[in-house]
Amino acid sequence: MTMTAAQAGASGGISGFLDPSRTIAKPGFNRWMVPPAALCIHLCIGQAYAFSVFNLPMTKLLGVSKSAPGDWSIPELGWIFSIAIFVLGFSAAIFGRWVEEGGPRKAMFTSALCWAGGFLISAIGVYVHNIWVVYFGYGLVGGIGLGLGYISPVSTLIKWFPDRPGMATGMAIMGFGGAAFIASPLSVWLMSIFSTSTHIGVGETFVVLGAIYFVFMMVGAFIVRLPAPGWKPEGYVPPVQASRLITNSDVYVYDALKTPQFWCIWIVLCINVTAGIGVIGQASAMSQEMFPGHITVIAAAGFVGLMSLFNMLGRFFWASTSDYIGRKNTYFVFMVLGFAMYCTVPYTGSVGSVAGFVLCFLVIISMYGGGFATVPAYLRDMFGTRYVGAIHGLLLTAWSMAGIFGPVLVNYIREYNITHGVPKAQAYNITMYIMAGLFVIGFIANFLIRAVNTRFHMKSDKALPIAAEAGREFGESLTRRPANA
Amino acid sequence: MTTQTSGTQGWQLALAWGFVGIPLIWGVSQTIANALKLFQ
Repeated sequence: MTMTAAQAGASGGISGFLDPSRTIAKPGFNRWMVPPAALCIHLCIGQAYAFSVFNLPMTKLLGVSKSAPGDWSIPELGWIFSIAIFVLGFSAAIFGRWVEEGGPRKAMFTSALCWAGGFLISAIGVYVHNIWVVYFGYGLVGGIGLGLGYISPVSTLIKWFPDRPGMATGMAIMGFGGAAFIASPLSVWLMSIFSTSTHIGVGETFVVLGAIYFVFMMVGAFIVRLPAPGWKPEGYVPPVQASRLITNSDVYVYDALKTPQFWCIWIVLCINVTAGIGVIGQASAMSQEMFPGHITVIAAAGFVGLMSLFNMLGRFFWASTSDYIGRKNTYFVFMVLGFAMYCTVPYTGSVGSVAGFVLCFLVIISMYGGGFATVPAYLRDMFGTRYVGAIHGLLLTAWSMAGIFGPVLVNYIREYNITHGVPKAQAYNITMYIMAGLFVIGFIANFLIRAVNTRFHMKSDKALPIAAEAGREFGESLTRRPANA
Repeated sequence: MTTQTSGTQGWQLALAWGFVGIPLIWGVSQTIANALKLFQ
């Protein structure tokens, strides 16, 4: 005899709290409660973008005032972030289906455990001064928390906002881009509190951050709800017939991998991320080298801050815009504008136009963020809502790959040019033209995207998700009993 | 089914958005203050 969803939901303890049936919204629940729940997660895991604030202090854990023999080097520390981003992509791909079928609360709770646990393990690594413990803690365990947390609210938001899926996911993913604004000054402040003349307070900062993030993420897990089956926003009439590029059918998660559409979107995202991620890491040095004497160290720091702001705002702006102009057209804009901007950057350097240079990169970085935020809605249009979170997880491997391509293109070509006598101010020109060329490839890949062949559409309730099943039972119980049941 | 009835109170909504919005606005204001140095 199987336990019904209502019985499961009635069971106490943590398993009851995490049960998918408990996350089904009761009548009267306001869907605008869900974006803050998503932001609770993304504002925490987006701390990864601010991890570099620990790099310099962690090179002086033994020497305190300066690096001593045995202290960690910057290249060693650089691997912490790289491992975390790499694990993010692959954990999202591996656990995507589990996240989809187990419901958002279970995924958010697990993500909070992993993310906070990663900080605590890393604190131990700092105390025993073993870099491998930090790689394991922040890189592997924290990276799994990153992957689970990144995808967990996405499909939930798409289900709550069928009328504005781009805007909804844009809001959540905007939080990931904006998290560094909070994490960076908070980390610096905590380190200043815990540091003494003989000790650098990185370990204590990790412990406090882990505790804060766990509480914050658990608030998100507590708030989040799934819509009851059949729910739709007031006044929203779903299109009876699917439009050319928006399906009403669903594609099973692993069947999506067999479609050319998935791989075209993978290429488009990979190129869009490659074009942005390399520049983000090198923005400060690049601006100073292209405009020697014009952009100081302080001004370059301001430029980096401004880029982060446009990275965040672009996520909301472009994803919301895609609800009106369509996902394919949005990516066409990214590819065409990106091509034009990257072709223009060398010119701004040659004529000494700081304003033109800054403008070009702010547009590019807004589209970098916009690409991340728009892609879940693009997947929903192509593959339906049922497995969009899991398919999104698989797609994030493009991010992992771009994390390697982008910095390599920017840093290694610069090094090559400088060692071959090219002035520093012009050392980035070839990279800019290569990036522009990549956008042409992205344009073609986006152009090739058509509606998914109907043979990939799910015919029946193949692998019906647990959450949906529980929700259906809960919905049926509502029809049998009063609304407050 | 409607999107807003007596189920979710206005204060709950304000609390949820304030919980995430206030830290974000604080962080953004810090960043803008630093970014202004680019134009000095």
